[in-house]
Amino acid sequence: MGTPILQVQNVNKRFGGLKALDDVNLTVMEGTVHAIIGPNGAGKSTLLNTFVGRLIPDTGTVTFAGQSLIGRKPHEINQLGVSRVFQTPEIFEDLTVAENVMIPAFASRDGAFRLHGWESLSREAGIRDRAMACLEDVNMADKRAMLAKNLSRGDKRRLEMAMCLVQEPKLLLLDEPTAGMSRADTNNTIDLLRQIVDAKSITLAIIEHDMHVVFSLADRISVLAQGHVIVEDEPQRIKGNPKVQEAYLGGAHL
Amino acid sequence: MTPTKTNDRILLAVFSLLVLAGPILLAPFGAGYPDLLQKFAIYGIFALGFNILFGLTGYLSFGHAAFLGVGSYAAVWMFKLLSMNVIPAIVFAVIVGGLFSLVIGYVSLRRSGIYFSILTLAFAQMSYNLAYSVLTPITNGETGLQVTLDDPRILDGGASGQPFSNLFGLNMIETVDASVLGMPVQFNVGFYVCAAILIGCFYISMRLFRSPFGMMLKAVKSNQNRMSYTGLNTRPYTLAAFVISGMFAGLAGGLLAAMDPLAGAERMQWTASGEVVLMTILGGAGTLLGPVLGAGLIKYFENIFSAINEGVLMDFWSFLPETLQHALVSVSSLFVGEGWHLTLGLIFMVIVTFLPGGLIEGASRLGRLVTNRGKGENGAARPAPAPAE
Amino acid sequence: MDAILLQILNGLDKGSAYAMIALGLTLIFGTLGVVNFAHGALFMLGAFCAVTLDALFSMEMVALSATETTAWGTPLEIRTPYVEAWFGDFGHWLSEWSVPVSILLAIPFMLLVGLVMERGLIRHFYKRPHADQILVTFGLAIVLQEIIKAFFGANPIPQPAPDALSGMADFGAALGMEAGAIVYPMWRLIYFLFAAVVIGAVFSFLQFTTFGMVVRAGMADRETVGLLGINIDRRFTLMFGLAACVAGLAGVMYTPILSPDYHLGMDFLVLSFVVVVVGGMGSLPGAVAAGFLLGILQSFASMNEVKQILPGIDQIIIYLVAVVILLTRPRGLLGRKGVMEA
Repeated sequence: MGTPILQVQNVNKRFGGLKALDDVNLTVMEGTVHAIIGPNGAGKSTLLNTFVGRLIPDTGTVTFAGQSLIGRKPHEINQLGVSRVFQTPEIFEDLTVAENVMIPAFASRDGAFRLHGWESLSREAGIRDRAMACLEDVNMADKRAMLAKNLSRGDKRRLEMAMCLVQEPKLLLLDEPTAGMSRADTNNTIDLLRQIVDAKSITLAIIEHDMHVVFSLADRISVLAQGHVIVEDEPQRIKGNPKVQEAYLGGAHL
Repeated sequence: MTPTKTNDRILLAVFSLLVLAGPILLAPFGAGYPDLLQKFAIYGIFALGFNILFGLTGYLSFGHAAFLGVGSYAAVWMFKLLSMNVIPAIVFAVIVGGLFSLVIGYVSLRRSGIYFSILTLAFAQMSYNLAYSVLTPITNGETGLQVTLDDPRILDGGASGQPFSNLFGLNMIETVDASVLGMPVQFNVGFYVCAAILIGCFYISMRLFRSPFGMMLKAVKSNQNRMSYTGLNTRPYTLAAFVISGMFAGLAGGLLAAMDPLAGAERMQWTASGEVVLMTILGGAGTLLGPVLGAGLIKYFENIFSAINEGVLMDFWSFLPETLQHALVSVSSLFVGEGWHLTLGLIFMVIVTFLPGGLIEGASRLGRLVTNRGKGENGAARPAPAPAE
Repeated sequence: MDAILLQILNGLDKGSAYAMIALGLTLIFGTLGVVNFAHGALFMLGAFCAVTLDALFSMEMVALSATETTAWGTPLEIRTPYVEAWFGDFGHWLSEWSVPVSILLAIPFMLLVGLVMERGLIRHFYKRPHADQILVTFGLAIVLQEIIKAFFGANPIPQPAPDALSGMADFGAALGMEAGAIVYPMWRLIYFLFAAVVIGAVFSFLQFTTFGMVVRAGMADRETVGLLGINIDRRFTLMFGLAACVAGLAGVMYTPILSPDYHLGMDFLVLSFVVVVVGGMGSLPGAVAAGFLLGILQSFASMNEVKQILPGIDQIIIYLVAVVILLTRPRGLLGRKGVMEA
C-alpha cells in the first residue's frame, strides 16, 4: 500500500511553441485509485500518452515498477503489467465476446508472440475458464457468444474492462471511461470499478472530467492545469482548494 | 455449421471424398481430364494459402504470384540437378517459397493497408522483370526453364532417355482410363499426387483456423491497435501468416512444375496475383472451403467457358426464332470464349459489391432463407461467414 | 553533357504520362479517399478514343472508276475516305491530324465516363475499406479492358502523329548548341508541352477558382467543409470526371509514341501507383514531381554505361525507389504528415 508503482518525474514536452507538459511530477501509489483531473487543454491526454509509449517526453522519466516506460512499444508496456481502457471502447468487433476476453488471456500467458498454430482452441479449457470468470465479474457471461459489434455502448465498456482484468494487470489506466455515458451507465461503471478495486489489488489511474466519478472512487487526485500539476492531494482537500477553483474558473461543479 | 471437433472431422472426410472422387464427379461436366483436374487442385492449394493471409488478417497482397513462380523455378532446378522424382522438387519449392516470402514479407509488413499492397505489387513486378532480364542464367528468360536430356540429375544416376517426373518410379502422366456408369473417366497419377497434397493443405488450413494463432490473426484484422495494447506484438503474427501463405504458393508452383516440368516468368506477373485474389474472394475469403471453391470455379471457367464457341452458342439458343437467336448469339459471344475474362470481371465486381463474403456467404444466406432459421437470440447468427462451411 | 540532356529528354515523355495519371489518381484519392485501380484503364480509354476517331476518319466509300481498270480488266476501285469526300482538303487534314483532333472527342467522353463511374460505382464504396475499393476497381479495370479487346482485337493499333509534327526536332539548335547535336522526336517534345499545359490548367483551376478552392479545402478536411454547408459531393463527382479526363487526354496524345492495345492500362497502372506513393499520397505537386523524376530516373538507368555496372537496373529502379521511400519516408516526397501513416 505504501509503494509507488508509477512515478512521473520532471516530465517536459514542448510542441513547437506550446509547452504541453511543464515539469510534471506525479506518483501513483500501489493499490490506490489515483485520478488526474484538469480543465480542457490541461495536458491530461498528452500525459497519458507518455505512460503508454506513444509520446516521448523531452526530459524526465516515467517509471513503472522500476522500469522506464518511455519509448516502449505498446505491447511491451502491457507485458510489464499495464492495461489500458480507451475513451471509445476498443474491442475486437468482429469476434465474439468470449473470444475478445480469451485473446488477452493468451497474451498474458504466452507473451507477445507464440506460434501456436497446431493447437486447438477447443482444448484451451484453462484460458476459457479464466475468460468466463472475468465475464462473470462484469456480468456479461450470458452474452459470451454474441458478436462484440452488436453490444450496447455500456456493454462494450464492460467487455473492455473484462479484457483488461483477465490479464491481472498491476496498473489499469482509464482515459475518461464515462465520457458520453448516461447517468445510469456512469453509476454502473463506478460500481464496477469499485468492485474491482475492492476485490483485486489493482492500482487505478483515471483521467476524468466527471467529478461525481472522481469523488466516488479516488484516493488521491492530481490536478493538471496548463501542463503543470498545480495540486496533488486527498479528495476532500481538493474540493475547497482555491487554486483548483481558479483553474476551472466556472467549469466543473465541485 | 458451427465449428466443433466432430463437424470438422466430417468436413474433412467429405472434402477428401469429393476431391478423390474428382475425376468421376467432374466427368459429366467435361472437366474430368487430368490437366484440368491437376489445375483445380494446385490452384486450390494456392488459394488456401492466400486465404490464410488475406482471409484472416485482411492484408491484401498483390505479390503472391512471385512465390508461385519462384516455386516452379526451384522445382525445375531440382529436376535438373538431383532427380526427376517429385519429392525433392516439391520440398525445395516449399523452402524457396518460404524464404522468398520471408524476405519480401519482412520488408512489406513494415507498412499496412494500401502501402503494404503497393509494396507487394512493387516486389512482384521487380521479380518478374528480373526473371526476364538479369536472372536469365537461373530462369532462362523468355524461353522458360526446361528439363533437358543433358541435365546432371545426380540422384537418378545420370539421365537416360526421356525424363518423366515421377514419384519413386510412378510417372505423373500415367493415366488409367476407366468407365464409370458408362462415362469415360480418367484416373491420373499426377492428379492424385496433387489431390493428396490438397487434402493435407486443407487439413493444415483447418488446424490453423481453429488454433489460438488463427484467432490472433483474426484479431489483427479486427483491431490491430487493441491487439498491441493487449500485449501482443502484431508483426510476428502477420509475418508468420505471410510466410505460411508464401510456402503454400511455393508448393503450388512446385506442383505445377512437377506436373509439367517447365517454369516461366509470366506466372510471376502481378495480374497473376490478381487471379488468386479473385479466387479467394469469389469463393469466400476467411472461410475454409471458399478458396478451394473459388479456385475450382475460376479454373473451370478458364478452361471450359473459354472453349465455348459460336457453334455451342447456336445450339444453346436454338429454341428461339432465328433473328432472336442470332442476336443473342452475338451478345453472348462477347461473354464466352475469348471474352471469358469479361464475364469473370463482371462476376467479381458483383461479388465484391453485393456479396463480399463470396459464394460461401451466398450459400449460407440461401440456407438460412430456406430453413428459415434467421437470426437467433443475441444475434448469435453471424452475418460474416463462419470459418467452417 | 549531350548524353545527359538526351536522357533527360528521354525520360520526359514517359514521365509526363506518369505525372498525368498520378495527378488524376491523387485527385481521386485526396478528394474522395478512394483508391482507384481502374485509373490505368481510363488512360487506355483515352488512347482508344484516338483509335476510334482514326477508324472513323478512315472509313471509306468505294466507287468504281469509269475510266481506269486494274490489271485484270475490272474497273478500279476508288477508295475515298468519307471525311475527304464530304470536307475535301479539310477532311484530309482532319484525318491526318486525327490524334490531336481526338482531344475534342476525348474530353466529353472521358468526362462522361468519369461521371458515370463515380455516380454508378465509386460512390457506393466511400465508406468501405480500401481493400474493397481496390478490388472493385480492379474488377472494373478488367471489364473495361476486355470490352476494348472485344471491339478492337488483341493487337496494338499504331496511330501515326501528323506529318508536320512527326520527325525529329533539332533541340540542340534551339538551345544555341551546334545543329544536329541533340536531335529528338518532335512529337515527344510536343507531348511534354501538352502535359505541362494540362497539368498547369488543373493547378490553375484548383488555385484560382472558387470551385477549386472548395475542392482543396475538402481535400484538407472534408468533414469541416461539409459542416459548413457546402455540398462537397457534387464537386467531388466533377473532380472524378476531371481526373478521368486528364488520364484520358494523357492516353490520347500518347498513341503515336506507343501503339495502344487493350492491356495498356494495366501496364501503366502499377507504375502510376508507385509514382503516387513516392510523391506522397495526398500531394498533387508530389505526384507530378515524382512522375517526372521517376521517368527521368528510369531513362538514366537505361543508359548503357549504367547497365554495365548494374545490369537490369532499368527494369527495377522505379520499384526500388518506391520500396526505399515507403520504408524510410512513407508520406512520400511531398506528402502531408499523417496521411495514411501505418
